[in-house]
Amino acid sequence: MNIDWKNYKPILIPAIKDLHKIDVYEKNGGYKALKKVLSGKSKMTPEEVVNEVKDANIRGRGGAGFNAGLKWSFMPKPDGGPRYLACNGDESEPGTFKDRKIFEYNPHSFIEGAIIAAYAMQIQTIYVYIRGEYRDFIDMMDVAISDAYKKGYLGKDILKSGFSVDMYTHMGAGAYICGEESSLMNSLEGKRGYPRVKPPFPAQKGLWGRPTTINNIETLANVPLVINNGAKWFKGIGAETHPGPVLYGISGHVNRPGVYEYPTGMLLTDLINEVAGGVPGGKKVKAVVPGGSSTPPLRGDSLDGVRMDADSLREAGSMMGTAGICVVDETVDMVDFTWRISGFYHHESCGQCTPCRDGTGWLEKTLDKIRRGDGEMRDIDLLYEICTKMEGRTICALADAAAWPVRYALDRFREDFEARCKKTVYALA
Amino acid sequence: MSKEYTFDKDDLKKIEEIKSRYPEVTPAVMPVLWLAQDKFGHVEPAVQKLVADTLGLPQAHVQGVASFYTQYYKKEKGKFVLDVCTSFSCQICGGYEILDHLENKLGIKAGETTEDGMFSIQSVECLGACGYAPMLQVTNDKYVNNLTTEKVDSLIENLKQGKMPEFESIPMPQHETES
Repeated sequence: MNIDWKNYKPILIPAIKDLHKIDVYEKNGGYKALKKVLSGKSKMTPEEVVNEVKDANIRGRGGAGFNAGLKWSFMPKPDGGPRYLACNGDESEPGTFKDRKIFEYNPHSFIEGAIIAAYAMQIQTIYVYIRGEYRDFIDMMDVAISDAYKKGYLGKDILKSGFSVDMYTHMGAGAYICGEESSLMNSLEGKRGYPRVKPPFPAQKGLWGRPTTINNIETLANVPLVINNGAKWFKGIGAETHPGPVLYGISGHVNRPGVYEYPTGMLLTDLINEVAGGVPGGKKVKAVVPGGSSTPPLRGDSLDGVRMDADSLREAGSMMGTAGICVVDETVDMVDFTWRISGFYHHESCGQCTPCRDGTGWLEKTLDKIRRGDGEMRDIDLLYEICTKMEGRTICALADAAAWPVRYALDRFREDFEARCKKTVYALA
Repeated sequence: MSKEYTFDKDDLKKIEEIKSRYPEVTPAVMPVLWLAQDKFGHVEPAVQKLVADTLGLPQAHVQGVASFYTQYYKKEKGKFVLDVCTSFSCQICGGYEILDHLENKLGIKAGETTEDGMFSIQSVECLGACGYAPMLQVTNDKYVNNLTTEKVDSLIENLKQGKMPEFESIPMPQHETES
């Protein structure tokens, strides 16, 4: 696979001045996809929209990488009652800072995509859940939504098609778990953000017990591109099994951190060394977290040929996640790094399930013990044991997300942990 | 004696508008807690009771929600709450050094408030500004990015004079090279 990234021009967030303004967006082909779907000779049925998006294989950009159109197809047939679309802009996974670029620079691409999604699933109400810390970005979204209402893209009888939909922002208040879809629904319902047991899945029983679909902001922003250019065109961008443009958020030890838009399937080494300008001071890369804190860290000396798509990263022993790449240089001790990740999950565990509530605390405390120089070799085994007792034993995936970085850091950077542990000596009786 | 808290006519109008966005009243809890915190600076139990009474919900429910989410201040904090991100990207880019500097400068530890009630410091989880590390957020509002100790010093001076930082737009590097 050869990606001509050097000649790539952003399409998801193109470099157009003031694109966040609705007039500028319209002048540059904005809301054309919505018009194509809802009116004129090109008018599409909801099923046709679902099939086109399913065929395009937009894999969810929030972390799970599930085909968005396929998810839409799980919605039951309308029964006359309310149905909901919840857009996930919680963006709280450490290393992830990309959806805010859509809110700031191209909000209407997302709004247009969400309206098309609502039409495809015959939904009347859209909620945009945005983390409470993003107050400025929520204000920007409120302006964009209000402008879309004024232009008749939202509200009653959109473009005289007979289709009506409303859109509201909902402000979170500081809880990572609310990015988990069932927790997000509880939060939207005005409750503590506890994840729900699945099944029933949101499409069967979601918000207020009604059929609901939850999609990530960036995922929905891709929808107008698919409608305008076709699924075939979209599948021609980037990695074959994980196509399209993607927002890479690059942070940590690089010379030019930031959010970059390139096709999927980019070589991780190109992103680090070329796009982000390499590691300051010419230091070596020790570790890379490829897609947010829950994705297992890769060793810096095992990055050759690793591409940013689901298949390549799975082969390398990690995941695409949110494509939030954190680069760690050789000066960092992986015990400290892993301890901080565990601290995050301990703080963010909702406390419903014992393996997670207690396990995340045990991970953090055990890593802190090693960090302080009080650890023993057997604490490494203890960490593995805690991970095993957490993985797959809870309502949601937060426990797994907490365990994996620890398990893989131990597997891949064991020398760092051993160097900080005292030898365990047992007296033989 | 706890203080008396009330919503005025404008607040009640705003609350009605909030309620109209949802099919039932419970979902209004979060936005109304935000409205209350913006007005009173915190949502201590007496404010939670006001929210509960206004929406006709049990106080226990409102307290349950308020206590779940870290951004709601369940007790009064400093006039300016400095949330220093120490999650992993900030950790490895000097977030803890910024926190140390603030602690030394203000003479308090993370989680504490200065005696004059001006500043609180908190060490917080990822704020979604990983490429602009280290960074902090001022009282659930503006982000201050790419911090240095000098930048922190001038921020404190400005805040003492009541000057809040402004929103900083950080373009995508690809956009900068094209324009």
